[in-house]
Amino acid sequence: MSSDKVLTARGLRVEFGLPGGRVARAVDGVDLDVAPGEIVALAGESGCGKTTLARTLLGLERATGGEVAFGNVPLGRSTKALKAYRRQVQLVLQDPSGALNPRHTVYDAVAEGLRIHGITDDEPGRVAEALSRAGLRPPERFFLAYPHELSGGQRQRVVIAGALVLEPSILVADEPVASLDASVRGEILSLLLRLKEDAGLGALVITHDLGLAWSIADRIAIMYLGRIVEQGPVEQVLTEPRHPYTRALVSVLPDSPVAEPVVLAGELPDASRIPGGCRFRPRCQEVAAGNALKVLDQCEGVDPAVLGPDAEPHLVACHLDRALRDPARMSG
Amino acid sequence: MTLLEFRDVHVTYTGSRGRVPAVRGVDLALEAGQVLGVAGESGCGKSTLAMAVLRLLPKSAEVSGEILLDGEDLLTMGWGRLRAVRWTGASIVFQGAMHSLNAVQRIGRQVAEPMLVHDKDLSAAKAAKRAEALLERVGLPPSRARSFPHELSGGQRQRVMIAMALACDPDLIIADEATTALDVMVQAQVLQLISGLVKERGVGLVMISHDLSVLSATCDTAAVMYAGKVVEQGPAHEVFARARHPYSAALGAAFPVIGDPASRRNPGGLAGDPPDPGRLPEGCSFRPRCAVAVERCGEASPELLEVEGARLSACFVAQEGEPVVLG
Repeated sequence: MSSDKVLTARGLRVEFGLPGGRVARAVDGVDLDVAPGEIVALAGESGCGKTTLARTLLGLERATGGEVAFGNVPLGRSTKALKAYRRQVQLVLQDPSGALNPRHTVYDAVAEGLRIHGITDDEPGRVAEALSRAGLRPPERFFLAYPHELSGGQRQRVVIAGALVLEPSILVADEPVASLDASVRGEILSLLLRLKEDAGLGALVITHDLGLAWSIADRIAIMYLGRIVEQGPVEQVLTEPRHPYTRALVSVLPDSPVAEPVVLAGELPDASRIPGGCRFRPRCQEVAAGNALKVLDQCEGVDPAVLGPDAEPHLVACHLDRALRDPARMSG
Repeated sequence: MTLLEFRDVHVTYTGSRGRVPAVRGVDLALEAGQVLGVAGESGCGKSTLAMAVLRLLPKSAEVSGEILLDGEDLLTMGWGRLRAVRWTGASIVFQGAMHSLNAVQRIGRQVAEPMLVHDKDLSAAKAAKRAEALLERVGLPPSRARSFPHELSGGQRQRVMIAMALACDPDLIIADEATTALDVMVQAQVLQLISGLVKERGVGLVMISHDLSVLSATCDTAAVMYAGKVVEQGPAHEVFARARHPYSAALGAAFPVIGDPASRRNPGGLAGDPPDPGRLPEGCSFRPRCAVAVERCGEASPELLEVEGARLSACFVAQEGEPVVLG
């Protein structure tokens, strides 16, 4: 895997000032890589910071700390730098009905990116190519259609074609199937999988749906209150989750591989009031059940470090998990 | 006695495109203390069916057949009686119901409102107390009664809607995609709450969802609807795990089971769109999208018949005892 086309985030932080001088730490230290030819799922509950992270990766939100880079080149702030960057990293929005202008034809919607980037050679050819890669064939049939004449699945394909027309290396897709019907959902997920396999496209798929990750992703990162608490290969993270939060999320799914369902009480705390120590401790089922007594002082006092790129592919930010894997620490 | 019974229910909308049949002859029954799941894509008629129960459909909708609640036909009863049945006999929690809260009224007042309307002798203070108790039941601190909707998260607002649905102690609750917009963990909390109520108070619950896997985990019986008809019916888990109609099989496969190697990197789905209810195909309405269709499917529309035990299927192939999934 060459690193010249890898999207990376290192120590990424995004803070928002709130009235009353409080600060919301929406993204609070994130390390993440997305390479061409792999699909990475970023999963978490609403309010965990996953959409802010995506917007920051696209340069739509300014990081207050850390860095986003593409192919080892840090993302600049100038319009020119952002424009060059966005030819490589493209956004696919959720809700295709909202993302398309109802008064633009499919052709104009797809060609818009080319026009913004001043690519004038063979515009019809490029638009046709993007539409057929997105599975709208024959493409010419769709050129003059308006969004309201298309089905939900076709509209989402047009949005994807609009991203593909610039021939990017990485797509960032925010809940690409959340508003779609069960049957159309499979269609769009198959399309993402095919783009990865046939064209070597990389994708970061942001979702609250772990089933989606199981359907298409290679790796998964679980986000809780601005921080990735577990990441690794999908098979490992979803069938043998190690972080108590991931275990709880997986346990409440129908036919879950985790036997006993763990329904966590309460909701995600406010990003301006992140608990000290381990941020998950106040809701942690292991702490509540008294299983973490030996490491409780760490859970209360020490923030588990940001999961970094490491030799080990499966990473977990949990004191208890670390102690269980290294029993010497447990006996002390 | 059966709590809720649909007998040959038809709903037809009349609009600019002429007469559109949305529900085409549905027979279903639900006992008290049981959960019935209704699954299908948008446009299959499942929400129309839910709205028909409390006669919430627009005037352009023509409803025929019978919908019996405790043996009493809801479709023919007078408006006065119907008003009494709404909230006290049966209540509905809609999809995105959290957006239907009044933005400028405190939560407690809104939960108390149906109680005050239905019980003229109830004092406002007593109703407020009961509203607080209901909020506590659905896992919200009673102090939340003083809050306005915008101060609550989506999950909390959806719980307020459930508290409202419980306000008048109904015998039947209809939840139309009530948890669809919620996060996994909040959805689990709400489903746990609803199932607890069914067990503890013996209410009947109709759960409508496009997600067959959620229904399989929470319902006793499941009915899958396609183009206005029930195409498969049976014990919920069986319908999900071993579908006897190709449409249920495809709908079930759209939601993978984590840990199941067959669904790994293999998103299931179903090509094509549901038919336009105004222009249904000849024969079986699922035939144009069906992978196992035979010649007969184009000629006649299959009836919903018993295929084994408590399983009903409206598929000629399943009725012959053949598998409904290729491979």
